[in-house]
Amino acid sequence: MGQEVAASLSFDEGRALEIIEKLAQLEGAMLPILHALQEAFGYIDQRMVPLVAQALNVSRAETHGAITFYHDFRDAPAGRHVLRICRAESCQSMGCERLVDHLRIAHHIEPGQTSADGALTIESVYCLGQCALSPAALIDDEPVGRLDEARLDALLGQLNGARA
Amino acid sequence: MSARIFIPSDSSALAVGAEAVARAVAKEAHARGLDVLIVRNGARGMVWLEPLVEVETPQGRIGYGQVSARDVPALFDAGFLQGGEHTTRVGKVEDLDWMRRQQRLTFARCGVTDPLSLDDYRAHGGFAGLKRALAMTPAEVVEEVVASGLRGRGGAGFPTGVKWRTVAGAQADRKYIVCNADEGDSGTFADRMLMEGDPFTLIEGMIISGLAVGASKGYVYIRSEYPHAFRAMQRAIEIARAGGFLGPDVAGSGRPFDMEARLGAGAYICGEETSLLESLEGRRGQVRAKPPLPAVQGLFGKPTVINNVLSLASVPWILAHGASAYAAFGMGRSRGTQPFQIAGNVKRGGLVELAFGVTIRDLVEHFGGGTASGRKLRAVQVGGPLGAYFPDALLDTPLDYESMLSAKGMLGHGGLVVFDDSVDLARQARFAMQFCAIESCGKCTPCRIGSTRGVEVIDKIVAGVAREKNTELLLDLCDAMTDGSLCALGGLTPMPVLSALTHFPGDFERPAPTRQTAE
Ligand SMILES: Cc1cc2nc3c(=O)[nH]c(=O)nc-3n(C[C@H](O)[C@H](O)[C@H](O)COP(=O)(O)O)c2cc1C
Ligand code: SF4
Repeated sequence: MGQEVAASLSFDEGRALEIIEKLAQLEGAMLPILHALQEAFGYIDQRMVPLVAQALNVSRAETHGAITFYHDFRDAPAGRHVLRICRAESCQSMGCERLVDHLRIAHHIEPGQTSADGALTIESVYCLGQCALSPAALIDDEPVGRLDEARLDALLGQLNGARA
Repeated sequence: MSARIFIPSDSSALAVGAEAVARAVAKEAHARGLDVLIVRNGARGMVWLEPLVEVETPQGRIGYGQVSARDVPALFDAGFLQGGEHTTRVGKVEDLDWMRRQQRLTFARCGVTDPLSLDDYRAHGGFAGLKRALAMTPAEVVEEVVASGLRGRGGAGFPTGVKWRTVAGAQADRKYIVCNADEGDSGTFADRMLMEGDPFTLIEGMIISGLAVGASKGYVYIRSEYPHAFRAMQRAIEIARAGGFLGPDVAGSGRPFDMEARLGAGAYICGEETSLLESLEGRRGQVRAKPPLPAVQGLFGKPTVINNVLSLASVPWILAHGASAYAAFGMGRSRGTQPFQIAGNVKRGGLVELAFGVTIRDLVEHFGGGTASGRKLRAVQVGGPLGAYFPDALLDTPLDYESMLSAKGMLGHGGLVVFDDSVDLARQARFAMQFCAIESCGKCTPCRIGSTRGVEVIDKIVAGVAREKNTELLLDLCDAMTDGSLCALGGLTPMPVLSALTHFPGDFERPAPTRQTAE
């Protein structure tokens, strides 16, 4: 699971600093930096906190506070693919909870979990702006709509195939 | 001359296979030695028809709906480049009932043009508003927006021009225009569709706003759930800058305005304006107490216009056609048009821009065609997660700010989510409380703790535990949240809860499913 992958990643301080310095001059640079770090490393390593704090001249506590406030920032890498399934009202009206049940029963994975082989992380989101195509999800930033159990199975199958 | 084919790059179209269709069309045309030009347009708003492919013919643009990559060879065989007959053919797009019945002002270009072509934008009336604004004094521009009656489309409905007046009057070395593109309400996607389908309209609106109030810098804060919209805005900003519309000398006027797109990080509360400003400044998105208003002390403490995407995107039309032309649409104190979004369990979901005053029923039945499941329609939630659930008996309520308020609901961002008769309104009320608990910024006790208590109390009511006493407790909790919350997250969560309780009391009296609606 997540923790092991985290430990196996070597933390490249030089690269982190490079990213931070490139963005530190922006007004309100915190979120752009955190997004860029997560994009590069897949998560925000604890060891990045003091680097960010120093570059932006804020306290570590404030940096840590910002990271933990937002749902997007992870403290450990996600699986190789991330499925973000919408569970807001519009998707509820079209049975998204049935899909969540299906994921649990047929794929043995629930929102908030990463599969044992590290291939897939599932997360709940509340609205993707695809409400006329409910139920909807994002797979690695690509939107998918009009989901049902079969389409979900096919999409997850494709992901597995692509990773072989 | 090569045939022009329009295949949307809007993320709704992509979500149902538009990319594969575009590839298949290119491949098939190549194999047949045909010369075609594929334009990646935005969406028309007929989301149920996506992927909607259009071909340009002497008779106009002919549409083919719900096209899949597999259909493509047959479409070529059917002569679709000349508008030929095929099962997917829907006819001339402009003549479709859905399109003809609308009053498309803000979304006039969306789905028609190439979103990233400045030439297309200009050819379809783009920058006419800016041109007129540049010929006016800043104060005249502000008064034009006041006179149009435009009210904020983000939910609160505050008059946009009045807000601008405050910022224009503030003395400061720096001022900002911030566009709120956090669009967190379920059932809404108009901001996304505009940013992906006609981003220059938003840019033009922000430029005009900047010139009017004396701000030279703008930010668009886009939720991270919208990666495509973010990229579209980033590209459009670069193109507008290269075209001389952003930078130290806006359109040769000698006046500066530039802007940037920024990404949110997954927090519903960051749609609240002061939380959004905190977030832009790089902190936790915690709500600030008002006053001071952002118009006086906003981003980095400077006077700031913060407006929703649709508010700002309405401005170019208002300037181009005049305040009175805009104000001629609408009813009562709700002037102009609203892009409504029809979503959820509905046959034909999508975006419909109409003057205020259309009824909920007209939208969900006439445009929407009833439920997708074919079952009986039971409830419509209007205005996002903080909006009320309307039963059938109230569907003739007109959609304008005041009528919605008197029906104990709100228009919000104009989203309508349809539910069929399988919905359990006690469960929806529970979800409203749960959502508040998940997304609370944590500042106020009634919002942070009260919402979690609300979930528990609803569970007890449904389970039949001291039903009367607990219903009373739920009402008290709702009162405490309404009165004791700094912002509308805690303050309005009671709205969906109470509407469910009022209009669907029976749902609270039967055993609810044990599974929860969210983690
Ligand atoms: C919890 C909460 C969420 C909000 N979310 C949004 C949003 O996603 N988009 C938006 O434009 N306004 C949102 N608002 C309203 C903003 O606070 C603010 O009124 C709006 O950005 C002002 O712009 P307008 O006058 O153009 O509507 C939200 C308010 C609250 C309390
Ligand atoms: S009502 Fe809730 S979200 Fe709003 S300020 Fe209070 S705690 Fe934060």
